[in-house]
Amino acid sequence: MDLKSNIPSGPIEQKWSKHKFEMKLVNPANKRKYDVIMVGSGLAGASGAASMAELGYNVACFCYQDSPRRAHSIAAQGGINAAKNYRNDGDSVYRLFYDTVKGGDFRAREGNVHRLAEISVKIIDQCVAQGVPFAREYGGLLDNRSFGGAQVSRTFYARGQTGQQLLLGAYQALERQIGLGSVKMFPRHEMQELIVVDGRARGIVTRDMVTGEVETHLADAVCLATGGYGNVFFLATYAKGCNTTAIWRAYKKGAGFGNPCYTQIHPTCIPVSGDYQSKLTLMSESLRNDGRIWVPKKKGDTRSPGQIPEDERDYYLERKYPSFGNLAPRDIASRAAKQACDDGRGVGPTGLGVYLDFADAIGRLGKGKIEEKYGNLFEMYERITAENPYEVPMRIFPASHYTMGGLWVDYNLQSTIPGLFVLGEANFSDHGANRLGASALMQGLADGYFVIPYTIGNYLAQAPKTKVDKTHPEVKAAEAAVDARTKKLLGIKGKKTPMAFHRELGKIMWEYCGMARNEEGLATALEKIPALREEFWKNVSVLGTPGEVNQSLEQAGRVADFLELGELMCRDAKERRESCGGHFREEYQDDGEAKRDDEKFCHVAVWEYQGDGKTPTRNVEPLEFENVHLATRSYK
Amino acid sequence: MGGGTGKNLNLKLHVWRQKGPNVEGQFVTYDAPGISTEMSFLEMLDVVNERLAEKGEEGIAFDHDCREGICGTCGIVIDGRPHGPRPRTTTCQLHMRSFADGDELVLEPWRAKGFPIVKDLMVDRGSLDRIIATGGFITAPTGTIPDANAIPVPKENADIAMDAAACIGCGACVAACPNASAMLFTAAKITHLAMFPQGQPERSSRALRMVAQMDAEGFGSCTNHGECESACPKGIRVEFIARMNADFVVAQVTKGRREAQAGDSSAG
Ligand code: FES
Repeated sequence: MDLKSNIPSGPIEQKWSKHKFEMKLVNPANKRKYDVIMVGSGLAGASGAASMAELGYNVACFCYQDSPRRAHSIAAQGGINAAKNYRNDGDSVYRLFYDTVKGGDFRAREGNVHRLAEISVKIIDQCVAQGVPFAREYGGLLDNRSFGGAQVSRTFYARGQTGQQLLLGAYQALERQIGLGSVKMFPRHEMQELIVVDGRARGIVTRDMVTGEVETHLADAVCLATGGYGNVFFLATYAKGCNTTAIWRAYKKGAGFGNPCYTQIHPTCIPVSGDYQSKLTLMSESLRNDGRIWVPKKKGDTRSPGQIPEDERDYYLERKYPSFGNLAPRDIASRAAKQACDDGRGVGPTGLGVYLDFADAIGRLGKGKIEEKYGNLFEMYERITAENPYEVPMRIFPASHYTMGGLWVDYNLQSTIPGLFVLGEANFSDHGANRLGASALMQGLADGYFVIPYTIGNYLAQAPKTKVDKTHPEVKAAEAAVDARTKKLLGIKGKKTPMAFHRELGKIMWEYCGMARNEEGLATALEKIPALREEFWKNVSVLGTPGEVNQSLEQAGRVADFLELGELMCRDAKERRESCGGHFREEYQDDGEAKRDDEKFCHVAVWEYQGDGKTPTRNVEPLEFENVHLATRSYK
Repeated sequence: MGGGTGKNLNLKLHVWRQKGPNVEGQFVTYDAPGISTEMSFLEMLDVVNERLAEKGEEGIAFDHDCREGICGTCGIVIDGRPHGPRPRTTTCQLHMRSFADGDELVLEPWRAKGFPIVKDLMVDRGSLDRIIATGGFITAPTGTIPDANAIPVPKENADIAMDAAACIGCGACVAACPNASAMLFTAAKITHLAMFPQGQPERSSRALRMVAQMDAEGFGSCTNHGECESACPKGIRVEFIARMNADFVVAQVTKGRREAQAGDSSAG
């Protein structure tokens, strides 16, 4: 597997400019002649599709939702980072770069991260020009706040709905192009197969989720911006429809999968309340700016929080990480919550929860101020739990929230399959082993607005311009594979619903490949998952017919892919015998802190599919740190 | 199934079942015993569907995705009210504690000419996207743009813009309106973009084009019932409709004048 990162040479601050100059261009008059497919319409997908169409490419954009505006980027609450240094508090492109490399526990590429930090500045300009209603100060200028893991205020936000507003900005730009006829939009379409001809990505096969029709769409290049795969845990903060199918199909067609075990477990979600639970809801990390996290000092303390006196509470983050306190990065805060609960000091009916307490902040700032800052989040919490967080502390617990792993891409966002580009959370991305708060929106938009429009041109200008038509054997084979799979799923007529299998898989993943992992547990998971998968293909019950809206069929297809991906995640977690960022191996720690092994694991693990039933190959791309020196990540 | 920490309810559901857009639908009654008050409304439907599946019956099709009140995908008319009884709450955020043991609930899709039924409780809201595509944007192609702080915006304006931009495009306003009008949806976008200096150049054409598209999609007109505002899960205010009407009137007058002038000059 060719894993050339294609990072340009030269000093870090000049790499991207140099690369932009060196890339080949497609003549403006010729752009119309190129067809580009974009799968996904979230921040990366919508911004990429719109920007490429503005340049003149013929774009077809696909999403499984009924409208591109619904992609799950919409649910991001907290904000978006940018190195604007509007606060004059010492921020800079270099500092954002540094923080992101360190935050990712030295498992991201320096070149990519620096580019991300550079571009961050332009993203805010672009969004403001589109009318994104960022929060402003009385003087009319943009407001900022500090956000998980940063000591400067570089986060721009739109109340608690930043993702929504950024997505609507990108969606509106996309709709404008749809109106102009430069983008053809295919809502309620799910990608089922990637078409590779002569080693290049040339199209996709989709299923129309209303009519059931299997359709082929051909193009000169294919972009996947289909988001993360954290729903493998079943309970997650993802939308219910988020899935791994697009990237999994690409993996099985030869795209390398980078660091599948890197998942982010977000520390502040509303705890599980029962076994019917279908999803978990995030409470924005911004709450940690004013809320204090604690558990009782005593094990099994069942008193209500108000009855536990101050000196019998353990504000464990403040105690363990005095300089970051409640703002410690996500992986660290999540792990600390797990440790408190493992220790028998968890709160709430299940014992799987910790308090996030606003009493001090309300005392200091007044209820009005807290309401102004977090009113909508408090309301959301109350709606779900029927408890009033102004009076009793919130209960929170970590949940699957983001995946840093994804399809491997080079500096141009190109996967190991030429012509297949991967954007946003779907790629193995710039976050290393842990993503900092407010950086996902930044990366999605950077990839879509400012990277892919350049790098796609560089590819198209050099790729041979050959025609593929729908009668090509590869096309026929891809279509046949989709049909066969649908028939197979509908033909099993077993006893268990796809959701039941998904729940079971989620339990295995959470237990053995969640916040803490170990050799033995992962080995167990590697036995349990194939067994569950086997049972699935014998006993799943998929009702209805293929030629209609069929939510049971949709779900079954996604779960089938998760059942394969879950195994790869465990395999990757097992082989990475170190702890880094969100990947915590119990055997490798310093008193609860992640212990990296830079000698052996300072690399990206890239998995290569070898065929069903065969063990995939683990390739590596070594990581080099020339600017930020490898050091133990400390937030103490 | 069930479990959890709440009480259990026994419910009866009368659900609209319709195979596809061009076939007739009907209400079908289902018993839903042992529903925990801690469940969300959609989790209750999951449970009903899982039980149906175990009997080999096809589940009730309904749209949903984020299940946290922000994507705007879900939407069921519950006992005649879009998104059900709780104000400012989407169907996915509604919890079963809003109901009592023994309740009988009627579940229907959004009903409007502009929203053809896809299946059971799912409708096609593509019309709302098409309204946006005609003018619900500020033309700002990706590229060289001024620094974000180059144009200050008074906080009051930014706040109003944000209030309007909070719309999730679920279509409850249309479902609630006796005329199936999409005025609140359209007005929210027009208001959002009109609050910014960047939104001014296209302000008139935006209003004209979006309103024209709204009519073309078969949405009714507004006769001030105000049902839309009470159904809106995001608290979008009817006053935005007044703002939109003002923009629309100004735009029509200036358009008329421009056309008259164009006519004059071509005549001369
Ligand atoms: S499912 Fe997203 S708003 Fe209800």
